[in-house]
Amino acid sequence: MREARTGLWAAALLVYLFLYLPLAVVVVYSFNDSRLNAEWVGFTWRWYRVLLADEGMLHAAVNSILIALGASLVATVLGTMAGLAIHRYHLRVLPILVITPVAMPEILLGVSLLLFFIQVLHLTLGLVSVLIAHITFCVGFVAIVVRARLAGMDESIFEAARDLGATPWQVFRRVTLPLILPAVIAGALMSFTLSIDDFVITFFTAGVGVSTLPLQIYSMIKIAVTPEVNAVSTLLMLLTLAMILLAARFDRTVLRGRG
Amino acid sequence: MALLELRHLTRRFGGIAAVDDVSLGIEAGEFFTLLGPSGCGKTTILRMVAGFDLPDGGAILLDGHSLADIPPEKRPLHTVFQSYALFPHLSVADNVGFPLRMARVPAAEARRRVADMLDTVHLADKADAYPHELSGGQKQRVALARGLVGKPRLLLLDEPLGALDHKLRSAMQSELIALQRNVGITFIFVTHSQPEALALSHRIAVMNAGRIEQLGTPAEIYGHPRNRFVADFIGDINLFDAEIVERAQGTLQFAVAGLGHIVAPTVDSPGRRGVFAIRPEQVHIIAADAPTELPNRFPGTLREFLYVGDVTTYQVELDSGVRIQALLPNAAPARPQLAAGARVAVAWAGDAGLFLHD
Repeated sequence: MREARTGLWAAALLVYLFLYLPLAVVVVYSFNDSRLNAEWVGFTWRWYRVLLADEGMLHAAVNSILIALGASLVATVLGTMAGLAIHRYHLRVLPILVITPVAMPEILLGVSLLLFFIQVLHLTLGLVSVLIAHITFCVGFVAIVVRARLAGMDESIFEAARDLGATPWQVFRRVTLPLILPAVIAGALMSFTLSIDDFVITFFTAGVGVSTLPLQIYSMIKIAVTPEVNAVSTLLMLLTLAMILLAARFDRTVLRGRG
Repeated sequence: MALLELRHLTRRFGGIAAVDDVSLGIEAGEFFTLLGPSGCGKTTILRMVAGFDLPDGGAILLDGHSLADIPPEKRPLHTVFQSYALFPHLSVADNVGFPLRMARVPAAEARRRVADMLDTVHLADKADAYPHELSGGQKQRVALARGLVGKPRLLLLDEPLGALDHKLRSAMQSELIALQRNVGITFIFVTHSQPEALALSHRIAVMNAGRIEQLGTPAEIYGHPRNRFVADFIGDINLFDAEIVERAQGTLQFAVAGLGHIVAPTVDSPGRRGVFAIRPEQVHIIAADAPTELPNRFPGTLREFLYVGDVTTYQVELDSGVRIQALLPNAAPARPQLAAGARVAVAWAGDAGLFLHD
């Protein structure tokens, strides 16, 4: 028994090492006082100072944050509405339509959005096209989370609210929204992280003038993986991690709130 | 004028009439029960009165005014749901206060009314608790308080005692009767449990397949069921296919399948076919050779008996092969000591039982 358990722990440890070692290397080398990612020389904040002075990088960061905020906001509103609709009207087709972009290979979504923007909408690629593209793949995630939250709920709660004098809007405001709020917040945080580190779809829909953090990092490593890339990757990682932990916190509330 | 009137109310689901041309009137202050097996249409009627479902035909009138164009939140009635439907994110006090808040009752008055209501249902100490911290019976009382606090004209109760265990249910039945008397609000109660309906109601509508089979007081429904369905659904009863043979000495001779001739009361004429129904408590069990003045007497063998504390029910197989059920209180002084397989006779009075049309 004890040996089997030790074996399991060892296997788990190896898997975690495999997953997180590359990330750890990036983090460690972002503090390395050397131009090369070869050997540890000494600790420095230098690459973070370089980063803060890099106008292209800062511009890309602002773009990323604006797009992530906009996309998560719009996707949360639309996704919540979709989740409610799917749940309430027992729809068959809408769930597939909403959830497909989540499962669709990103490259497909990227190419088709590109063609759609250029050939159908005659849109100049830029911030707006990236924003729309990000909204399309975030909506599905929010809808899934909201719907899952609603799935375990007693339908008669909403009827009871109507019955006790609440208008449909008051039912939403006083009963539905408070009950699904953890899922809505988790969906918004997930959308934010999905948007801020999306590369493939952004690559196709950004055009030439606009850059986001992932695009900027990619253009930098075409030359070499500089410590500056390590530094910006570390910051992005930190942000994503914070968002996921926050979302998980609300997600646990989802679980606890049941029953 | 009736407080609530249903006129030719009809609701179809996919061509099948769940509620089929139902008309009835419910008086102010009444405890009215819709009783029937599941799928008989009783809950559909309740949902249409509450406004969650719309009739395909007919009308629902409250104080003589049609409710057709009035959404659920504007109807002066509240519902107590089978699942209680308490708001999980609100405390007991906020749950009970919800309808007052929706009606924009001033906060101070709302607080006072919620406190009074919680007193009435013995939950004053649970005001700050959340629904998941309550027992089934407590949730039940919160749901009742929430339904009553807004002083609706009507309270609709959809199998509200269905989820409670037997002892709690009996206690809640007594509380419900007292509560309804105290608040003076008209109750429409939906249940499939006939003892519950008999115990609680002023009047009962027995429903089957979307129609009302009989409407009357509990005593009328139990003592004088109008047809085979009602007789069979309300309480235990022995039913035999029968035909009236002749009229003699103010009573009628029946030919009953498997029994032969019996004497029983009826207003119908010879030649009429139907069902002879007799309650187990009207059937006596006597010793096989004992003399009796009762006109209906048949020998048989005791097959089974079921002792349930206060009474015992006996299954007797008559010599003709027909089974009949008898019920005796265990406190009865002349209760025969019987074992399965014993030779006995069953007997009943000439004015016992009923002749029903199919």
